[in-house]
Amino acid sequence: MMGQFIQQLINGLTLGSVYGLIALGYTMVYGIIGMINFAHGDIYMISAIIAVTVLTLLGSLGIMAVPVALLITLVVAIVFTSVYGWSVERIAYRPLRNASRLAPLISAIGMSIFLQNMVQLTQGARVKPINALLPGGFELFTSNGFTVHLAYTQIMIIAVTAVLLVVFTYLITKTSFGRQQRACEQDRTMTALLGINVDRTISMTFVIGAALAAVAGVMVTVYYGVVDFSIGFVAGIKAFTAAVLGGIGSLPGAMLGGLIIGMIESFWSAYLSPEYKDVATFVLLILVLMFRPSGLLGRPEVEKV
Amino acid sequence: MKSNMKQLIAMTGLGLGALFTAQAHADYSVAIAGPMTGAYASAGEQIKRGAEMAVADINAKGGVLGQKLKLEIGDDACDPKQAVSVANAMVNKKIVFMHGHWCSSSTIPASDIYNEAQIPMATVSTNPQVTERGLKNIFRIMGRDDQQGGIAGGYIASHFAGKKVAVIDDKSAYGKGLADEMAKGMTAKGLKPTLRESITAGEKDYSGLVSKLKAANVEVLAYGGYHTEVALILRQAKQAGMKLTVMGGDTMSNNELVTAAGGNADSVMFTFAPDARANPAAAEVVKQFRNAKVEPDGYVLYAYAAMQLFQQAATQAKSVKYGDLQKALSSGTFNTVVGKLSFDAKGNLKAPGFVVYQWKGNKYEMVK
Repeated sequence: MMGQFIQQLINGLTLGSVYGLIALGYTMVYGIIGMINFAHGDIYMISAIIAVTVLTLLGSLGIMAVPVALLITLVVAIVFTSVYGWSVERIAYRPLRNASRLAPLISAIGMSIFLQNMVQLTQGARVKPINALLPGGFELFTSNGFTVHLAYTQIMIIAVTAVLLVVFTYLITKTSFGRQQRACEQDRTMTALLGINVDRTISMTFVIGAALAAVAGVMVTVYYGVVDFSIGFVAGIKAFTAAVLGGIGSLPGAMLGGLIIGMIESFWSAYLSPEYKDVATFVLLILVLMFRPSGLLGRPEVEKV
Repeated sequence: MKSNMKQLIAMTGLGLGALFTAQAHADYSVAIAGPMTGAYASAGEQIKRGAEMAVADINAKGGVLGQKLKLEIGDDACDPKQAVSVANAMVNKKIVFMHGHWCSSSTIPASDIYNEAQIPMATVSTNPQVTERGLKNIFRIMGRDDQQGGIAGGYIASHFAGKKVAVIDDKSAYGKGLADEMAKGMTAKGLKPTLRESITAGEKDYSGLVSKLKAANVEVLAYGGYHTEVALILRQAKQAGMKLTVMGGDTMSNNELVTAAGGNADSVMFTFAPDARANPAAAEVVKQFRNAKVEPDGYVLYAYAAMQLFQQAATQAKSVKYGDLQKALSSGTFNTVVGKLSFDAKGNLKAPGFVVYQWKGNKYEMVK
């Protein structure tokens, strides 16, 4: 039993890291402009599609060295996906900055549908596979005939997520951009009065969110090896749930929420039944919201007078 | 002045064009419906290609009863709700024949609407319920899940006796129906499934299921559902250092499985109607498809056959009225690219054949 437990811990950590990275984008955007960016899941999907394209291209050019190929793919995906993130904000949200709260929400849903259909029409509906880039892994140990595998891709996902979190935390807490970002979160009008370019800060927030989603997209492509235009929906919903569970607006909360959901899914489907794993996730979400309406690490909303 | 002249000519041309299209409204509209978008869009693409080719061929030979056919395409994305609205839209377009839908869960609700509007339909959906509801307008040009499930289950019991078998489905009408029949077929032949589970289609991570299978020492996976999930399960099983043989239904005939499974598809077996491409009567059409760079696998030839079915039934009945067509379809025998088709009182194919195939590289071969 020990073997399966450790295996699921590894699987859950991997899955949770991906959810967490996407959830960060949701929570950052919510923090700064108070809207749910429903197109975020599709930004992640676009990054995965870009990753497949780049990897296939590199393969045909004969660049097979895994670290080189991965690095190029990551850079290209981050650049392109960030441009997408920036454009979505510029086109669909900025014109609605002072409209009612509902308007940008609808705009976001529209953007999500648009992006999904655009990719489907330009790239085709078929699933896009890549060959296993990093096959194999370590066989950790065997207990009761169950061999625990730790794939190289899993190590990569967990390691990259950890590094990103350190960089990201530094960016938000220590740099001047981070200060501006947090200031905008607290009070946009006041921040603008102090001479900070609020629009630019919001744009940058979208770019960073998209970049994190880009990393998640590339890693998912390498890990699962199969990508299609519809993957953004499920991943987006799960990551959004993670953000709410952790407390929307809270950055550590998003990561924590992602990990918790990854673990629940992984353990529930291994020990109980894969059929009810989503039920388990959402029951937990309801329970948490019943007792802590602002999520695990969220700050309760203070009514400004 | 010169440019004005040109404009005038262009406008006259347009006017004439409009005149012709106005006349063309006497055409018969036939329709296909299936997942043109969504996760199973590749099947929709196959249906579309087959039907387009068939309609073009029929029109080139003078159409049906002297009228050209016009093809309408409906996209239900395999979503029952969308299927109903597609059906209503098709009824408004006054179609005289429908080939679809593809997913059983879409075909079932949509067929009630076509029935009410008196539109005959030919479907490849395999869930038994499709023809078990007393609808007179529905004709199934493929076998049923209880037939293919029984054959798949029997094959597992006789070829993998003594091994541990898990029966998994994706909770869809098609997948669950098929998995239930496979489990029944196995048990009847004396091999009890070790595990019986369901998964959620459309996700990417099935590592939880894989490690559950691994902990239970499962070697054979009998799967009811679509190929996209099987591809992911196979990849993740490989990653977990596990060797799985998969037995599935007709949906595994999609060659997308091979590319998506990343070289792990050779362990996939499935039941499907005998390969229509091998049918000598289809040779001409198969060549035509290949010339158009379309491999007529999966549902391509079935869509072609459905259109032939309509053409022949209408010709026999000398009418496209529902009563006449329905009578012709239920009593006649039709020579199509997928073989001779005739239907029993419920609209099921009279002589459905299912054989077991296995993927080998990019092709599937029949296994004994």
